[in-house]
Amino acid sequence: MLQVGLEHFLFVSAILFSLGIYGIVTRKNAVMVLMGVELVLNAANINFVAFSKFGNFGINGQVIALFVIVLAAAEAAIALAIVLNVYKTFVNINVDEINKLRD
Amino acid sequence: MSENLLIQLSVTILFLPLLGFFAVIFLNKKIPNMYKFELGVISLTFIATLLVLYGKLSGYIDETIIGTFNWIDFGKVPVLGSVTIELGVKLDNVAVIMLFTVNLISMLVHYYSVAYMKDDIRYNLYFAYLGIFTFSMLGIVITHNLLMMYIFWELVGLSSYLLIGFWFEKDSAADAGKKAFLVNRVGDIGMFIGILILYTNYHTFTFDEIFAQIQNGVIPFGSSGWLTAAGILVFMGAVGKSAQFPLHVWLPDAMEGPTPVSALIHAATMVAAGVYLVARIFAMLTADAMVFIAVVGAITSFVAATIAITQNDIKKVLAYSTVSQLGYMVMSLGVGAYAFAFFHLVTHAFFKACLFLGSGSVIQAMHHEQDIREMGGLRKKLPITYVTFLISTLAISGIPLTSGFLSKDGILAGTLAFGDLTGHWLIPAIGFTVALLTAFYMFRLVILTFHGKPRNKEKYDHAHESPKLMTVPLIVLSTLSIFIFYTPNPLSPDAGWFLGEWISTPQTVVPQSSAFEFMNDGTTGTSNEIIHSQIYEDAMHHAHYPAMFLSLALAGLGIFLAFVFYQWKKISADKFAESIKPIYQFSLNKWYVDEIYHYTVISGTLAFSKILHWFDAYIVDGIVNGSAALTRLISRISGLIDTYIVDGLVNFTALFSGFMGLSLRRLQTGKVQTYIVFVIFSVFVLLWVFNSI
Repeated sequence: MLQVGLEHFLFVSAILFSLGIYGIVTRKNAVMVLMGVELVLNAANINFVAFSKFGNFGINGQVIALFVIVLAAAEAAIALAIVLNVYKTFVNINVDEINKLRD
Repeated sequence: MSENLLIQLSVTILFLPLLGFFAVIFLNKKIPNMYKFELGVISLTFIATLLVLYGKLSGYIDETIIGTFNWIDFGKVPVLGSVTIELGVKLDNVAVIMLFTVNLISMLVHYYSVAYMKDDIRYNLYFAYLGIFTFSMLGIVITHNLLMMYIFWELVGLSSYLLIGFWFEKDSAADAGKKAFLVNRVGDIGMFIGILILYTNYHTFTFDEIFAQIQNGVIPFGSSGWLTAAGILVFMGAVGKSAQFPLHVWLPDAMEGPTPVSALIHAATMVAAGVYLVARIFAMLTADAMVFIAVVGAITSFVAATIAITQNDIKKVLAYSTVSQLGYMVMSLGVGAYAFAFFHLVTHAFFKACLFLGSGSVIQAMHHEQDIREMGGLRKKLPITYVTFLISTLAISGIPLTSGFLSKDGILAGTLAFGDLTGHWLIPAIGFTVALLTAFYMFRLVILTFHGKPRNKEKYDHAHESPKLMTVPLIVLSTLSIFIFYTPNPLSPDAGWFLGEWISTPQTVVPQSSAFEFMNDGTTGTSNEIIHSQIYEDAMHHAHYPAMFLSLALAGLGIFLAFVFYQWKKISADKFAESIKPIYQFSLNKWYVDEIYHYTVISGTLAFSKILHWFDAYIVDGIVNGSAALTRLISRISGLIDTYIVDGLVNFTALFSGFMGLSLRRLQTGKVQTYIVFVIFSVFVLLWVFNSI
């Protein structure tokens, strides 16, 4: 019988991370980019929890996962505020058109 | 008068004419008739001179007054030790009499010039030049050392140059000035070397100190040959300035200057400076040097006298006569007749100045005609000029009752004594020949100018006697040609005050072995009463009467011949000249001396300067141009390196940076997503790198 082991978790988290990165890189819309970031963070969370279960780190992994969820919430709040301000300034929120950093 | 006062007066006399010079030359544009200041100054100088003459001859007749001061103190100098250049004034009887002669003639010439130069455009400047000449000449007279002598020697050369070329609009005058200056340089360089020989050995320029050291047995470089050389080299200066053969060529040309200048500078004073110089160094002349000097003098007097016979320009005749008489004086010094040489210098100064001023009067009366073939019969038109001219002519011919008779007779007696004591009979022979020639050519001049019938009627009719300003100097000078001013006995000058009391021959100081025996017989007196060799005095005394009769006979013969040829025309001068044509031509062309110089010295110098010019143009300039071209080549190469290599490197760096910048700029998109791609890509690269380590 197929035992669900660490590799499966890591595999899922790797796919999730890759999708997140893909989202960050390819999406035009800043909101979609933020969603990609959430995917990346959650991929990290899966890793933490998986290592907590299969490694001998004790409860630490799960605690850090909780921290990351809180952090993600805070990040989302701030990032959305930034997106709102970006919208106010540039009238759209397409990240490929906001290239003021170049100047 | 105290000694100090005499010194101060003589220094005042020296500088007054210089003051006149500066005042006139700087103020003549602002103040009209500035020349009158110079006239005043020269008169004042003359009065001061009279005071000095009286003071010296009345109070200090046997003493030499010397006043000195240190001019430059060089301190310690390597090799020479402590060096101090001392200037000073030496007043002995010779100097004060010379002072009187120079200033008297200078003053008379100044007044004479007021009338003679009347319409000249540079009237004031002329007087300024006369002032600086007088200053320079007085400097020569009163100096007590060779250095100051040399300085003033050059100054008279300068003033002579300025005055010969005074009418420089005429090419001949400008050339004559240059010629005089250059010929004099030849003599001066010898004099300079002589002075340096003396200074190197004695470390002093002062006459008396040099003589004292020679007397103590110190001779230059330990050899009496050097002493002879020093004497002859210093005498070279006199050869130039006193127009001795073979440097006499400048003096006849110097007659291009105004006639009063000829009288003052080129007859009476400056040309006598050479004689004065030899008299100053007389004590240090060795026997060899004296023979040399005597021979040069004799040759000069003979050459010049033979030339004077055939000249047709009134001033040229007088010029050659001057050269001849200067030769006489030099010859006289050479044979040891020191006192008579100086005596002749003074008497000659008066009568020759008179002759020149007389010729000036004639020239002005004839409207600047100088050719005696155009004159004749002028004695009726110019009675005062004629009489004074005749008196001076008698004096120069050596006729009794004149001053010239006394001095000339003394010189001839001196040469006879010399011939007797040393066996050099050629010198008295030349002396007497010249006496004959002198009488002949002087009377030829007088007869052609003043006697006979006028040959140029038109000019004769316009001739008139000169104004008083010109005749009074003539009268004064011709009066001074009478014996009474020098001695009460018209036949023997020894009895008179001039030679008996004022002038005595200095005792020679050279070692016995190199002096004439007769000059050095041990009868040395104290410094106050220097006694000349008794043997020589005796010999001269014996020669006195033979010399007198012989010279009188010869002078008489010369005058008789002149009358035969030119007054009574018993023998035609032209036909006689034709019969001895080669000799006549030789004399007329002045022994071809100028031509010889032209083909040797002058063309030699020109050829040499051509060679130098070639050297300059091709070698020196070649080196300069070559180095310039080389420099240009190097700079071109360095320029190329600069442009292509150095600049190339710099430009390449800039271009490369620019290229890199352009290329890398693309990465900076400003898009966050691109940067993330880069980050991820970099992470992979890093992973790969760290893995492979």
